Amino acid sequence: MRRGIEPAADRTAQRGTAPALTGAALGLLVALAATPAAAVEPDEMLEDPALEERARVISRDLRCVVCQNESIDESNADMARDMRILVRDRLLEGDSNAEVKQYLVDRYGDYVLLTPPFKPTTYVLWFGPALILVGAAVAAVAYYRHKAKAPAAPPPLTAEEQAQLRSLLAMHGDDTGTSSKPDPKTPKARSKTPRRGGSA
Amino acid sequence: MMRRIIYFLPLLVVAVLLVFFIDGLQRDPRKLPSVLLDRPVPAFALEGLPGRDPALTGKDAFTGQVTLLNFFGSWCVACLQEHAMLSRIQAEGLVPLHGIAFKDQPEDTLRWLERHGDPYDRVGYDTTNRIAIEFGITGAPETFVIDAAGVIQYKHVGPITEQVWAQTLRPLIEDLSTP
Repeated sequence: MRRGIEPAADRTAQRGTAPALTGAALGLLVALAATPAAAVEPDEMLEDPALEERARVISRDLRCVVCQNESIDESNADMARDMRILVRDRLLEGDSNAEVKQYLVDRYGDYVLLTPPFKPTTYVLWFGPALILVGAAVAAVAYYRHKAKAPAAPPPLTAEEQAQLRSLLAMHGDDTGTSSKPDPKTPKARSKTPRRGGSA
Repeated sequence: MMRRIIYFLPLLVVAVLLVFFIDGLQRDPRKLPSVLLDRPVPAFALEGLPGRDPALTGKDAFTGQVTLLNFFGSWCVACLQEHAMLSRIQAEGLVPLHGIAFKDQPEDTLRWLERHGDPYDRVGYDTTNRIAIEFGITGAPETFVIDAAGVIQYKHVGPITEQVWAQTLRPLIEDLSTP
């Protein structure tokens, strides 16, 4: 009896795990695909997929005004939902993407746009980083040029200096002659003292 | 000489940044500039609460004298906080006070007004939030001061406290009322 059941149980177990695994994989896939997804509810969506896609594009660039740093496309806030519906209503009325955005800018100011507009008051914002980069590059080039030039070709030695140098070299020659012999006071002997001191 | 100037450059940059940072610290990040200031009241027509009001329409409710327009809702806790102050403003009789109940059901608004008192002259209800967006509302309560020509002069975000009324709103209204 047992023998008869076992293989069958095995088979069901196998059959059971395979779909479970594919199910898990599918679930993971869906979860991963859904990460950047929106707070848009099905009942808000437009029937026309082209219009709906435009609504999504616009929504991604509109700030949810009650959540400071989320687009209305991502936010679950009530206010964001109302603004999403408004965006879709404007599109249905035939507004262009720019007109829809302008409609909200007229009421909430540039603050609703997640991409700051390009105009005199925002020039610092747009050009600032580039200016700093250029400034830093100019400074770096100037610095390295200056550095490369500075140590170039020291003036040649005068006759007096030559003589001084020769006498110094002669003295140094004597030194090397004596130090070639092992000396009890050279580093090897001296190196022991600190070790002893350290262990004490 | 050139070298000396370069040594002082970082100090100068830090000084300039400090000025901007100190200025930035003194600003309230929750305070959003209203683009509606100095613009006429948006055109709108809202039904009045059933059994209570004539309709509230943009333009005609806001011309001829200075008015206050208060956005509220029965769901809004901070509105309850300013409610007593609104009643006092109504009792003072300096300006008509209109209300727009948004994101609210008319029966809920009515029940709320019955329970806490009704300081408004006219109340329009906006179940869809559409008129609130028209006014650039980000939350409740928000209150607009509208001059006799129907132009928005001031927007106060948050509950009206005694201090706000005495130091900001009343002086402004008195100033606007005297031509």
